[in-house]
Amino acid sequence: MGAAGLTYAFLMPPGFDPAELLAQHKTGHIVALGLRFVANGDDWCEFALDYDRRLVSDANSGILASGPIVSLMDTAGGFAVWAKRGGFKPQATLDLRLDYLRPSRPGHAVTGRAECYRLTRRIAFVRGLAHDGDPADPIAHLTATYMVLKDEA
Amino acid sequence: MSNVALLPYADFLGIRIEGERDGAPLLVMPFSEGLLNLQGGIHGGAISGLLEIAATAAIDATLEEGEDPRSVFKPITVTVDFMRPGLPKDVYACGQVVRVGGRIANVAVCAWQDDPDRAIASAHMNLAITPPTEK
Repeated sequence: MGAAGLTYAFLMPPGFDPAELLAQHKTGHIVALGLRFVANGDDWCEFALDYDRRLVSDANSGILASGPIVSLMDTAGGFAVWAKRGGFKPQATLDLRLDYLRPSRPGHAVTGRAECYRLTRRIAFVRGLAHDGDPADPIAHLTATYMVLKDEA
Repeated sequence: MSNVALLPYADFLGIRIEGERDGAPLLVMPFSEGLLNLQGGIHGGAISGLLEIAATAAIDATLEEGEDPRSVFKPITVTVDFMRPGLPKDVYACGQVVRVGGRIANVAVCAWQDDPDRAIASAHMNLAITPPTEK
């Protein structure tokens, strides 16, 4: 690694690896829903939810219920905050709002990306979008805040 | 409460109707490992799912005897406040219909664990009501 690489490593938040954290959990809601980690950066995270008929709100229409999309976006948001904080530290969702811009198309996986655009000592502010194939035609918009709790470890 | 039917997603979460409270269905989401977040509490998304199901059940419960079920709801906005951590035990929820019009229903919902007066989360939802024939 050259000098430039070392400088870059120094600027990056230390040690938050979503894939490593998820690999430690064989049960839980993320596993039950089949949420897949897609990618992250130093202040954002992206997850995907594969289409599953057990998660629909109406058996005839086959449209996903709201709850699984809230779970997807709350998870992406929480991981975005951990990315910004640089580690898996205690935090809790304080509130979230999801606007449904249009129904998701039955059979399509839903991708959710959230960004922690402001972090203070006590609160993390998050926004995000969910889409079912075309990021330019989103299905839902997230606004959320998370309580930043002290790391007791 | 004969008009109330729960969504497939409710079965996925293990939710069932436990009874009635102030004229609306009282729902319970029994604790299971599949509801946990990475920090050992109930996942906010699962609590939101329960709140959503309690909201739609509350709207269904406003139907008159013999009226066709209007069990197709499209959420427009969902706003959830989390007041207390969801502990690894059963969660209860009950919705209160604020207004149900021809097209839009507005519902307030509360979730609790041991004490109904100590809510762990609350939500308000605006939902579009779609007649079952119109998809």
